[in-house]
Amino acid sequence: MSKLKLIIHREFIAKVRNKSFIMMTFLSPLLLVAMGALVFFLMKKNDEKVKEIVYVDNSGLFSKDDFVDSESIHYQDYTSYGIEETKKKVQQGDYYGALIIPKQDSLEVLAKSIEFYSKDSPGMSVMNSLESKIETKIRNEKLNDFGIDIAQINASRIPSNIKMYNFSGEESSKLINGLKIGVGAIAGYLLMMFVIIYGTSVMRSVIEEKTSRIVEIIVSSVKPFQLMLGKIIGNASAGLLQFLIWGILIFIISTIASAIFGVNMVEMQTANIPADQLEVVKQAVGGDKMQLIIQEILRLPILKMFVLFIFYFLGGFMLYSSLFAAVGAAVDNETDTQQFMLPIMAPLVLGVYVGFGTVMNDPHGSIAVMFSYIPFTSPIVMLMRVPFGVSWYELAISMTLLLITFIFMVWLAAKIYRVGILMYGKKATYKDLYKWIKYKG
Amino acid sequence: MRNLLEINNVVKNYGDFRALNDVSIHIPKGSVYGLLGPNGAGKTSLIRIINQITMPDSGSIILDGEPLSPKHTAYIGYLPEERGLYKSMKVGEQALYLAQLKGLSKSEAKKRLKYWFDKFDISAWWGKKIEELSKGMAQKVQFIVTVMHNPKLLIFDEPFSGFDPINAQLIAKEILQLRDEGATIIFSTHRMESVEEMCDEIALINKSNKILDGKLSDIKRQFRTNTFQVGLHTDHPKEVEAKLKENFEVFPADFKLLGNELTLNVKLNENNSANELLSFLTSRGQVQHFVELIPSANDIFIQAVNKNN
Repeated sequence: MSKLKLIIHREFIAKVRNKSFIMMTFLSPLLLVAMGALVFFLMKKNDEKVKEIVYVDNSGLFSKDDFVDSESIHYQDYTSYGIEETKKKVQQGDYYGALIIPKQDSLEVLAKSIEFYSKDSPGMSVMNSLESKIETKIRNEKLNDFGIDIAQINASRIPSNIKMYNFSGEESSKLINGLKIGVGAIAGYLLMMFVIIYGTSVMRSVIEEKTSRIVEIIVSSVKPFQLMLGKIIGNASAGLLQFLIWGILIFIISTIASAIFGVNMVEMQTANIPADQLEVVKQAVGGDKMQLIIQEILRLPILKMFVLFIFYFLGGFMLYSSLFAAVGAAVDNETDTQQFMLPIMAPLVLGVYVGFGTVMNDPHGSIAVMFSYIPFTSPIVMLMRVPFGVSWYELAISMTLLLITFIFMVWLAAKIYRVGILMYGKKATYKDLYKWIKYKG
Repeated sequence: MRNLLEINNVVKNYGDFRALNDVSIHIPKGSVYGLLGPNGAGKTSLIRIINQITMPDSGSIILDGEPLSPKHTAYIGYLPEERGLYKSMKVGEQALYLAQLKGLSKSEAKKRLKYWFDKFDISAWWGKKIEELSKGMAQKVQFIVTVMHNPKLLIFDEPFSGFDPINAQLIAKEILQLRDEGATIIFSTHRMESVEEMCDEIALINKSNKILDGKLSDIKRQFRTNTFQVGLHTDHPKEVEAKLKENFEVFPADFKLLGNELTLNVKLNENNSANELLSFLTSRGQVQHFVELIPSANDIFIQAVNKNN
């Protein structure tokens, strides 16, 4: 076995055998699924209770057809009880609230004088739903006054879904844009998490070797550069393994969970959308649209995305973890790392902010493009842009810049690392680091 | 090839600081070579260069007739002053890993480790973590991982620190046995009594320069002052001392004898010999003690460094 392989193997084993690694690997997905299930159940529980709403319509404008029961809200006409009696009943009984529609001369005044009484403050979605019902009714009345046929108006409402093409003939739509944002955001966010978790793990491992003084023995057998590289690759492998296990576990657990508790995966994803909006979404999506989405997913450049994901993932991780290794070499203990961490974390966080802030609105805008060239943010920002289709020349520029910077930074970090690991008991400053870089051999 | 290691005109700078200034040291095959010097003199810099942890700015290093190259790391065993092992790694796995980094195959490493673990009677520690061992126990493991690949050149930096006298003796015996089996040993220490005990040759480094090197016996000869410790049984000590001062340089004694003899340190002049001193003494009383004051490694160290400063 070559020395590099030996080092990678040791680093990998040391990381994987670590108790906290094992705990993190197996408990995180469980926790995640458990939390998802909990949220879902709470939601369901909350929605299960049907809200009883009564109304008193003194205007005589509304009919039973205007207050159609939905899954979560039932309506009852209490007009015959009168306002005071109704209020009393609602106060004493198990009702959600009472809607009081007074008699007014004009629709404009009526629209502003409708009242709702309830024991507790009513939910936003209930109020929105009531308001929209009233607005619709009043609009229809008004249209009637103007002598316009409502049926004609409805017939004139033809939903439009502009199909978007780029010049290479790929079709896209607004819906799929949301999907692309999701895919890009997940990829970018995952990269940031990975870099932070496993970058600091590389750093810690360097500090451990330094404080236990074994580093001098190791570097008398192998080149410091080999040790650094082995450490980075070993930790990255452990991290990838963890992600793989997470993926598999989440899939298995959620499958089991949904089988046991009857939780539908689609429902689970939409669980945090309020019930009323969900209906809107369901209507909008409809049967055909569901098929459309699946078609659109299949139409995404999946292979290209996967290859680029791997490239930027590895490139970004190598770039950052070599910096983390250099920081580890420059200090004697973890508390001293603070001063060097900020310049490393800043571009990472900036990348995510730029990604969420600009790529989503305008994936090909100048800021998004610029940050997808800058090597320290490009892995995150470009990963977010990729699903929207990025031209080959832009990718070529971005990847070349990342590759050059990555090689340069690893070289630079190795110089700091090589000197730093043998410097004990001195807190390094930026000036020291500069001096170390200039040392020969 | 008489020398295993030839260090020629090595210069090493760290920024503006010159850690080694034109240092040349030749280490004969099969010897224990003492690398001595005050703290910060440049010993560790030199040792790191031999280990190829750092490269010299100029100068050449020849190991066994060949310019030093990466393959030579397998021929060198290094026990640094700052000891270290992975604390949470098991003893056996760790030793295997370090042996493989030195180029041994896994099976060969296992065989050698078994030999050494049996020899030191520590086989029971194989599955223990380093953090579970005492300091002395960890030092033994450290010694084994230094020597297990049968290196031609062994570098020990303060090998006895952390050992009790019994284990220190055990390690000293092992080191000398390794030399007898053909290994060449560089021995860096501040404990001068162990230099006397073990070293065939020494080099003294002070302030980045080599100020002294050669066979320990030659250096002692070079540093001899022709001074004798004298113990004489006489009834007239005052008179004898006064008489001595006429022909020799006389200093107060720095040693003690059992009786109440006259004790003095007497230095010969250029024109008289030890025999003349002895016959003078025998004519004045009964000689109880007559020994040449040979400079110790400690004296030489202090003298040479002070002179250099």
